[in-house]
Order: sequence, then C-alpha cells, then structure tokens
Amino acid sequence: MLRPMIAELGHFTLTLALGVALVQSLIPMIGAARGWHGWIAVAVPAAKMQFLLIAAAFAALTYGFVTSDFSLRVVVENSHTLKPMLYKVAGVWGNHEGSMLLWVMILALFGAAAAVFGGNLPPRLLARVLSVQAMIGVAFLAFILLTSNPFDRVAFPPFDGHDLNPLLQDPGLAFHPPFLYLGYVGLSMAFSFAVAALIEGRVDAAWARWVRPWTLAAWMFLTIGIALGSWWAYYELGWGGFWFWDPVENASFMPWLLAAALLHSAIVVEKREALKSWTVLLAILAFGFSLIGTFIVRSGVLTSVHAFANDPERGVFILAILAVFIGGALTLYAARAGALEARGVFGLVSRESALVLNNLLLAVAAFVVFIGTVWPLFAEMFFERKLSVGAPFFDKAFTPFMVLLAILLPLGAILPWKRGSVRSAMRPLAGALVLALALAALAFALQTGRSALAPVGVALGTWLIAGAAAELWHRAGRRAPRLARLPRADWGKAAAHSGLGIVFIGISTLMAWDVEDIRVAQVGETYEAGGYQITLAAVEEVEGPNYTSTMATMIVARDGKVISTLHPEKRIYPVAAMPTTEAAIDNGVFRDIYLVIGDPQENGGWAVRTYVKPFANWIWAGSILMALGGLLSLSDRRYRVAAGARRSLAAAPTPAE
Amino acid sequence: MRRTALALLLLLSAAPVLGVQPGEMLADPALEARAREISSVLRCPVCQGETIDDSNAPVARDLRLVVRERVMAGDTNDEVIDFVVERFGEFVLFDPRAKGANLILWIAGPAMLLLGLCVAALYLRRRGTAPDTAPRPLSEDEARRLREILEE
Repeated sequence: MLRPMIAELGHFTLTLALGVALVQSLIPMIGAARGWHGWIAVAVPAAKMQFLLIAAAFAALTYGFVTSDFSLRVVVENSHTLKPMLYKVAGVWGNHEGSMLLWVMILALFGAAAAVFGGNLPPRLLARVLSVQAMIGVAFLAFILLTSNPFDRVAFPPFDGHDLNPLLQDPGLAFHPPFLYLGYVGLSMAFSFAVAALIEGRVDAAWARWVRPWTLAAWMFLTIGIALGSWWAYYELGWGGFWFWDPVENASFMPWLLAAALLHSAIVVEKREALKSWTVLLAILAFGFSLIGTFIVRSGVLTSVHAFANDPERGVFILAILAVFIGGALTLYAARAGALEARGVFGLVSRESALVLNNLLLAVAAFVVFIGTVWPLFAEMFFERKLSVGAPFFDKAFTPFMVLLAILLPLGAILPWKRGSVRSAMRPLAGALVLALALAALAFALQTGRSALAPVGVALGTWLIAGAAAELWHRAGRRAPRLARLPRADWGKAAAHSGLGIVFIGISTLMAWDVEDIRVAQVGETYEAGGYQITLAAVEEVEGPNYTSTMATMIVARDGKVISTLHPEKRIYPVAAMPTTEAAIDNGVFRDIYLVIGDPQENGGWAVRTYVKPFANWIWAGSILMALGGLLSLSDRRYRVAAGARRSLAAAPTPAE
Repeated sequence: MRRTALALLLLLSAAPVLGVQPGEMLADPALEARAREISSVLRCPVCQGETIDDSNAPVARDLRLVVRERVMAGDTNDEVIDFVVERFGEFVLFDPRAKGANLILWIAGPAMLLLGLCVAALYLRRRGTAPDTAPRPLSEDEARRLREILEE
C-alpha cells in the first residue's frame, strides 16, 4: 500500500513547494519595501521549507526509479528492472521531467544555502534576494506541474520499462547533468543578488564579496560539468572528438564564459568599487544565458544531437519565463543602473584596466558563440536561407579572442591596482616569456610542414602556466618560505590560470597532431600506426548484464615491447535495440592510444580504427585544475564571514555607496 | 541546460559507429586526406548536426563517395564543395560563406570587440581623471552594524 502512495506524496510536496515559493516571493519583498520586520523574517524559513519540500518530491521520484515503479510514465520510458542501480538513480535526471525537478531542487538548494549562511547579510537585502530566487522557483515549479509532471501515471503499468538510452549508461554521464545544473542554477544566485541590488539601488564592496563566492561556485560546477561531458564524448562516441560546437554545448559554454567574466569583474567591485553597473549587467546576462540554454534544449528550436523530445508548448512556456525574468531585470537595470556610481580611480595601465579587457574579451567571445548558435534561426526567419553554422566557423571566429586573452592574461594578472607600468610588470615575467617561445620553437621543430596551431597553442599555454608560477614567485618576494604564506586566493588564481594554459596545450596539440588509421585487419594480423605495432589478437562474443558485446583483444607494442592489451567493444543493448561503441584507451601523460572495433567485413577481417591522440588528457586535467583553483579561492579566509567583517572594518572609511 | 544527458536520444539514429569505412577510402593518402578535409565541413543533410564524415546515414555515405569521385576527377577542394552545395543547398555547409546577410555573422564578433574597446576606452579615461570621491561618513545603519560586529 505504501509504494503507490510515495509518488502521490512526491506530487503533493511539489505542489506545496509551489505554494511556499509563492509566499516566499511576495511577502519578504513587500516586507522589505515597507520595512515590516515580521514579513521580512518570512524569507529564511520559507527558503528552507521550499527546499525540503522539493527534496522530498525528488526523493519520491528517486524511490520510483529505484524500485522500478512502472506506474510512473517517466520510469516506464527511462528505466528497466535489469539496469544497474547506479543508472536507475541516474535515470531520475536522464529525462526531461526528472531533470527539471533536479533543476528546481538545486535552485531551492541555493536559496536555502543563502538563507542558512546569509545571517551576516543586511536582512532587507537577504529578504529581497530570497524573494527573487523564489520567483524563479515559482516559474519553474509551475512549468513542471503544468507541462512536465514527473509524477504522471500510466493507466496500465507494463511489466518492464523501455530502458535508459545505453549511451547514457555511463559513469561520466551519470554525474554530468547534476554538475551542469549546479552551475547553471548557481548563476541564479548572482542574478537574484543583482536584482535585489538594483531594487535597493546600491552595490558596494560587501555586495561583491557576497556575489563572488556564489559565482565562483557556479563557475566551478559548470567547469566540471562541461569537462565531464566533453570527456564522455571523447571516450564514448568512438572517435575521440571532445567538442562539437553543437547548440546545446554552446548553451553551456556561454554561461561559463560570462560567469568567468563576472567573477573577475566582481573582484573590481570588491576591491576598487568600480565597474558596478557592468557587473550587475553581467550577473543578469549570465543567468539569462542559462535560461536561453534551457530554452534551446527543451524547445527543440535548434536542431542538436542533444535535443530532448521536442515540445513547442514547453518551449513557449520557457520563452515566457525568459522574457519575464530577463526582460524585467533589464528594464529594472535601465531604470536603476545610473544610481550605481563608480568610485575607484585608476590609470590606463592597471589591474582594473586589465580586468576590463578580460571582461570585454570574454563577453565578446560569448557573443560570438551566441550569434553563431542562433544564426541559422535568424537566417531562416529574416533572409529565408536555410544554412548551418558549425565547427569551422567557431574555430575561426572564436579562437582569436582566446588567443588575445591568453596573451594579455599573465601581464594583466601581475599588474598592480590603480596604476602600473608594462615594463615593470614584464620584468618578473621575462623568464616565462622566454620559456614559452622556446617550447613553441620546439613544437615547431617537432612537426614538419603542419599548421601553426600547435606551436601557437604551446606558446600560449606555457606563457599562462609559467606566467602564473612567476607571479606566485613575485608575490612571495622571491623567497620560497613565503610561498606557503600567500593567501589561498593567490594559489587559486595561479591554479585556475595554469589550468587554462594546460587546456590550451591539450586542445591545440590534440587538434594538430592527432594520428588516425582506418583499415581492415584480419584476426592475428599486426599493423603499424603512429609508431606503434598493433595486433588484432582475437574477437569474441561476450554477455554483459543488460547487453551483448563483440569484444576484440588488441595488443599494442612499440619496438617489440608490449605496452598494453586493450579490449575495444561493440555492444548491443537489446531492450533499446541500440548499438554502442566502447573504445579502448591506453591513457598516457603525453598521448592516448585509442582503439575502436568496427563491423566484420565481407571477405573476413574487421574494420578497426586506431588513433594516437597527443596530450588528450591535458584537456581534462587542465579543466580539473581550473575548478580546483576555484575551490582554493573559495576556501580563502576572506570569504569566511567574520573575516570579511573585519576587513571592511580595517577599511572603515570605505563606505557603502 | 543541457544536454547530453538526456538527450542523446537523437544519437539513436547516429549511433557512434563511425562514418568513414575502410572500403570507401582512396588508395592515395594525399587525396584521401583532402577528401577528409572536405568532408569535415559538409553537413549530413538528414542528421542532427553531424558532418558526413561522422554519420552513418546512407546519404552521408553517398556524399562521401561523391566527394572522393570529384577529388579523383581532379577537382579542387572548393570545386568539390561547390558541387555538393549546388545540389543540396547551403544547408550542408558547416562553414557559412561570408556573402550577403552572412557578412553580419562574420563581422559581428570583431565589430562588437571594436565597439567594446571604444566604450572601455571612454570609461577608462573617465576613471583616470575622475576625482576620488571623498569618503562619506557612515550612515546610521552602517554605524550600528559596525558596532554590532565590533562587539561580537
């Protein structure tokens, strides 16, 4: 009797959460405007309650998946009794309805976190922030309940489900969506702070000190989420592609770029009380692009390999949410931004100016990605041209901005606040510059007659890494013991910047030096590819838990010495009637050997693909380092609230506004 | 939001067994390399954003063979691409041509950068010369808050 009840309970708590969110969005806002303390005080408990209710609904849906409750439509469509437990749980967000539920749960989680840790915020500001956060919650809870109810029942429950898409039955992908949503939705916090600040008409250092950790956390999660997705594509899709410039990938990349810009501009607000209105605008745009991403994925307006089952009704609903929130916030911005006067004064050559350039490059890069993504739509609507915009465009139009950014980054990072000179900033970086040029020359010498891609990428990457190291050394006054005493934020900055450098090296060398070999191999045959001798030793049929597999045994050797034995597979998942390719990869620091088994050939033998991918792992290692850098910064004592209060005391006459 | 997760539903039709098959490849590695280069900018007309190189769809295979035929016949890369675009429309071109309205697409980025640089230059000049506003005394609220923090 209990089991069928649980889904109803979930539905019920979700509806209750909508009610609580409504209360939370109205009462504290009115209270803050009128100065009614009782109404202001509603915000914190409501935010906690809203989260608990949505979490209960999420738990109920998870229970449905774990126990294979086939009276729930989403469970029937996305699960199967034989599926391993990990994927039963991951199946909760492996579909439109469940993933939206995860989305609002994270939204409420951020609201609740602000309620719990926000004791130090001025109560009015906190009330307004939580109220705006709840408004977003109302919109998306209504969206779920009206168009995408995960607790829909089927009239005649079947004995078994349709299984989750086998491509998604993968550990990398199981955790990819939760991280991305933590990132997307985390930006809602920056949005809520921005709108609350506009309503209050003030933005000061304390405000920036509050916005930055949330943005940093969101950016960190987005970094991990995007890296997981890219890593998954690399090993699962069967040819080692890691980024496709697909509309849905772009949808996650634009908020990432804007969040990166935002967390840099918030530094300027915090330290120098300048760039205030720009920072507020960025906060609105960053979340706006998260919503645009949601719209792109859920509406199917742009064709994408990733698109959900498309539904125009849902698309229109999300478009309405987008219009109300972003339109509303921008209108508010237009009306109030003038009130946010800047204070700090600085010269043309200064850290402030460098961060302005950083913001400009990141924002324009995001704009290029945006226009490339929506251009097919535009061209069809206004010029009646059906066209495509793909990787070749983005490679050409987007890359220059990243090159400029990388050239300027180490220099800008070392410049002092207020006023500096390029010459004295270059002095500590001279070694880094020499090293970068030397390694570029080496890369150039290693390759014969190929593009400039690898040398340029190696030069920029080295410049970033060595520049970050040189900056640490410079800040420690060139004394090793002092390195340990540098603030964690300095280490975080160095880690994130050198992570970016590692990604640069990984992407450029992988794209430039990738070796590919496609051929028919007989069982027992040895062939040569990219300097390795590869033997197709055996091919056999193997049974997996919920699939059957054609598994090859391939031996990789170099100069007669066996390096590794790999087992690429081709799997068939009978329930979903779908084949997948499981590449076998020998991971290395400097190269991956990547083997794929294809179809049997008519006159015997198998199609086999061999790739030697230089520096592939650097892409993900660099991404992880970037995220770790964010984490280090986040753990800096400056963000501990008391320390923050002490600081503003030390700078006492720097008033708010 | 994204994305892959859910999503790959559409990859169903494009299950990841790669496009190019050994039997299709040209014997001359230089010509084959050119064919691959051309294929990487051509979109499979019936797939979801895949190049003809990556797709398993029959039409993608036909196009791969057409590309190789034209390459063998001595066409330059541009001639091969023109040949395919003439028959399937510019939809199959992943690298949109900078002609007509597409100029907007290509110019938008650099134009935005220039515009941003001008605005930033104006802003920076103003910040460089603005008098540093004198610190304003704390407001009633702020002073009270400060006392609270001090007492903690």
